[in-house]
Amino acid sequence: MPLTVEIVTADRVVRVEQGVDVLIAPGSEGQLAILPKHAALMTTLDYGELVFRRGQVEESFAITGGFMEVRKDRVTILADQAEAAEEIDLARAEAARARAEERIKRGREQNARDVDMARAQAALQRSLLRLRVVQRRRRTDGRPRM
Amino acid sequence: MATIRQLKRRITSVKNTAKITNALQLVAASKMRRAQDRALQARPYAEKLRIVLAGLATREGGDNSAVHPLLVSRPVKTVAMLHVTPDRGLCGGLNSNMNRSAGTFVAMQHEPVSVVAVGKKGRDFFIRAHTHVTAEFTDLGDYPTQSDTLGISRVIMDDYLHGVVDRVYISFPELVSTANQRPTIRQLLPIEPPQMDSADAAAEFRQGYIFEPSPDIVLARLLPRYIEMQIYEAILQNAASFQSAQMVAMKNATDSARDITRELTLTYNKARQEQITKELLDIVGGAAALED
Repeated sequence: MPLTVEIVTADRVVRVEQGVDVLIAPGSEGQLAILPKHAALMTTLDYGELVFRRGQVEESFAITGGFMEVRKDRVTILADQAEAAEEIDLARAEAARARAEERIKRGREQNARDVDMARAQAALQRSLLRLRVVQRRRRTDGRPRM
Repeated sequence: MATIRQLKRRITSVKNTAKITNALQLVAASKMRRAQDRALQARPYAEKLRIVLAGLATREGGDNSAVHPLLVSRPVKTVAMLHVTPDRGLCGGLNSNMNRSAGTFVAMQHEPVSVVAVGKKGRDFFIRAHTHVTAEFTDLGDYPTQSDTLGISRVIMDDYLHGVVDRVYISFPELVSTANQRPTIRQLLPIEPPQMDSADAAAEFRQGYIFEPSPDIVLARLLPRYIEMQIYEAILQNAASFQSAQMVAMKNATDSARDITRELTLTYNKARQEQITKELLDIVGGAAALED
């Protein structure tokens, strides 16, 4: 019995997918893989990359924290934010990274008051995560890596 | 006869008004569909969150373990009200219904009440009523996203956690149907968790799952999300309610403008006929006088 995966955010239903063979999620206690017949589980998620494989197709998502519930071969992910790899705009993510790096540099050099370091760091992490997800998709081109 | 010209001018003016209200109606109708759709899209997340929270927060046994601060009920010294309203008018009785309902509720409280206003109409109302408005959020747009609302949740939760307020209510227009929006007031904080059918069901829920890192940590992460979600849902309902109310109001306006045009045209034609008849009589009378 393969898994049914449902990824939802407060804004929208990001993806509902049936027939998933394996799912790897960024749990807050470390990465974890879910296979069919997994015990009922409720866990918090960190931000990171979520990957699932269906037959020969692999799909990845960038998520920024949330919850995951596994119950009777049904995986529900309540993500704070979630984006499918194909939704991510590479140019925009690059620009966001450059912007965040610039801000952090300025904050370090001048000890500038107007730079919110925590926010800049968070923005940098988000953009790096997006880039990682997109670049991996490019590399594997939808073929499984696992 | 001056009234004929006046009538004519009146008809043109009413027709122009009808054009405007009709255009507004069409715009509101298409925005309404999208706003309602967004409110619907948020539902799966909200429902799931509710179920999990119900299972986790219904505690088995004594309440002596460390309860999360968002769940603790304190003696009430001050009350806050998050009042969610549209930014604009031309939406029938929606704004005045909202403000009346919230105003009555505030007047009934025994403790001092401060207001956090989302939307200009509610903000203006409470400023006029000399109620203390601690924060305002306006111009969220027709389709607010969840990230637009996170700041609002932040303000509310910070005030509560720092003991500035001891109880928080939320007031928003619940979208019952396109023709019906009900002003609704609910308690937001302390959180009253949705109920599981029974404590047994809750205990079973807790034992049936592996919780990582632990049930308490999952609960602690869940509670702020629950507040954020409730506020976001209220704001989505507000957006959808506004467009629905505006569409209905503008439809009524267009319809009555058409009725008025019809009546005025009738009066205008009658007056015109009368004048023609009178002029004819004058001419006939004049000609008869000449013949004599």
